Amino acid sequence: MQTSRAPGVAFIFKKALISALVALVLFSLMIGVRTEAGSDGQLTYWTRFGDLAMMVATVFGGSIVVELLRQWWGPVGTVRVVPPQVTSALSFAGRLVAPVLLIFTFLVPVIFYNERYILDLGILVLTYVMLGWGLNVVVGLAGLLDLGYVAFYAVGAYSYALLATNFGLSFWICLPLAGILAAFWGVLLGFPVLRLRGDYLAIVTLAFGEIIRLVLLNWQSLTGGPNGVTGIPRPTMFGIPLSPGDDGLAAKLGIEFSPTHRIVFLFYLILALALLTNWVTIRLRRLPIGRAWEALREDEVACRALGINTTTTKLTAFATGAMFGGLAGAFFATRQGFISPESFTFHESALVLAIVVLGGMGSQLGVALAALAMIGGFELFRGLDQYRMLVFGMAMVLLMIWRPRGLIGHRAPTVFLERNQAISSDLVKEGHG
Amino acid sequence: MTASSPTTPLLAIRGLRAAYGKIEALKGVDLEVGAGEIVALIGANGAGKSTLMMTVFGRPRARAGRIEYDGQDITGVPTHEIARLRIAQSPEGRRIFPRMSVAENLQMGADATDSSDADRASGLERIFTLFPRLKERMTQRGGTLSGGEQQMLAIGRALMSRPRLLMLDEPSLGLAPLIARQIFDAIRTLNRQDGLTVLIVEQNANHALKLAHRGYVMVNGLITLSGTGSELLQRPEIRAAYLEGGRRG
Repeated sequence: MQTSRAPGVAFIFKKALISALVALVLFSLMIGVRTEAGSDGQLTYWTRFGDLAMMVATVFGGSIVVELLRQWWGPVGTVRVVPPQVTSALSFAGRLVAPVLLIFTFLVPVIFYNERYILDLGILVLTYVMLGWGLNVVVGLAGLLDLGYVAFYAVGAYSYALLATNFGLSFWICLPLAGILAAFWGVLLGFPVLRLRGDYLAIVTLAFGEIIRLVLLNWQSLTGGPNGVTGIPRPTMFGIPLSPGDDGLAAKLGIEFSPTHRIVFLFYLILALALLTNWVTIRLRRLPIGRAWEALREDEVACRALGINTTTTKLTAFATGAMFGGLAGAFFATRQGFISPESFTFHESALVLAIVVLGGMGSQLGVALAALAMIGGFELFRGLDQYRMLVFGMAMVLLMIWRPRGLIGHRAPTVFLERNQAISSDLVKEGHG
Repeated sequence: MTASSPTTPLLAIRGLRAAYGKIEALKGVDLEVGAGEIVALIGANGAGKSTLMMTVFGRPRARAGRIEYDGQDITGVPTHEIARLRIAQSPEGRRIFPRMSVAENLQMGADATDSSDADRASGLERIFTLFPRLKERMTQRGGTLSGGEQQMLAIGRALMSRPRLLMLDEPSLGLAPLIARQIFDAIRTLNRQDGLTVLIVEQNANHALKLAHRGYVMVNGLITLSGTGSELLQRPEIRAAYLEGGRRG
């Protein structure tokens, strides 16, 4: 072990030194010496060796980090500099990520009770986690590339908005209705695309998403067209409004009213919906229908030969994914209080799809992490408005180079015989069967 | 075991026609597989062998003729219901599920046929005695198996539905001769010990005809010859076309 590690360390240091040297040469003039035109037009210059030294040190350190990461994720057989104890400790920590993240999420409203911005951001992230998990059923499990997922989000949102404003139905009645209506539209989309796969399916679903948006935009009498639907009722705690009045929740509980209560309630509501999505997906994966979805992704001909009804399998995948999109849409409508077709552009579909792909298709934790990184990162870099798309584009390209199967590339098996054993993606890269 | 044609065949195909668009692949095929038999279907590339197997499974649909299974007409039965009649198929090119584990691949074979846990356990036990290597590979992904192991998995997966009739499409395709022999031995064992009826489509005429009780030769969508395996092996035209022809070329 010692002998195999030594050249690795030497190699990394050599590489870092060379990088630092190149940086020194490059930056010595660019950063080390600053020139400017003086007040009379003469050339004045001064040196900035401190900045230069910092730059070179950063390059040196960064080079070591990059090389370490590269070896970590690199192909099997590269000399590993990271000792196995650290690797095993990390894999142990990796197993803790999901529970720790879940506990932290539960505590967010407690920790950040007074920080409205963070709570709002948390709600937004959770909405996308839910959408990602919903789309994961269609794209990640069943392998049906759906570019029009936002259509179901829109169906759910408008279902709730129109049912609540026109018929005065409460959120808790409309929520399942929105889910059912979205699932119905999922089946409706599913029928014409039964024979399609890959590129063709992607184009049809893309068109479907646009059709829904254009109908919402142009059916003025029903949807209000570009003006959208306003005055969508806020959700109630099973009938008890979260309002300052005497019949409000705060008055009933005998505590002082605060507008934050509603935000916290919304936070836990979307958390519950997202966890429901996750739980249903995990359960379904272990049932024959979930296995059939995954098998369908792998090989449709083999599925048919094994007696799987590919028609119902595809339609249930579309319906399940659409239903979760619809539930998320109803939540979106009640949270915003106002919806218009502008919220349901292709951009949203692309964002949710990016979350699923970056997270690792079919991986629940990966999708959650990707949603956190994408949506949270988006907000984090809001100050750098003009660069953030550039940074995100680059981050995506880099991630796809290093982790071509997403953040969490391995899929947990659903059938166990003797012992539960995860199959590491290190050992089984796609296309090397 | 005698090779005479039994009186009540398990699978009887009569005057079967099938086409892809305008291209007719089967032009009136007659074929019988008796219960407990191994029947080999040999022929050159493009003769329609695989199409025949696929047509029994309803894809492509039969344009004319009848497919009878156990005395019952199954010509128009949808593809996914055929497997529930305990007809299993190991399609051409193995077609295992590469990203799913070996255990999941096998489970997929049992899923569609509502088998009980006990059936599943005994099915697995049977497959492991036939192909011990699959047991070692249970948690591995299907795509990481070697070609021979993938073929074993494809057959194992088909067996998980406890079939009465097993249809194998080119099980020796792309396998080393030693592995191919293991596969053929396993098929023979299944036939002798479990009484499984097998219809095997092969390019490897020598192996297939030695294994089979009876054989059919297919040329351009029609059956041109039939007889017992050893009879066919002796026929000069078979030897020329399928056995020695390859050696000369």
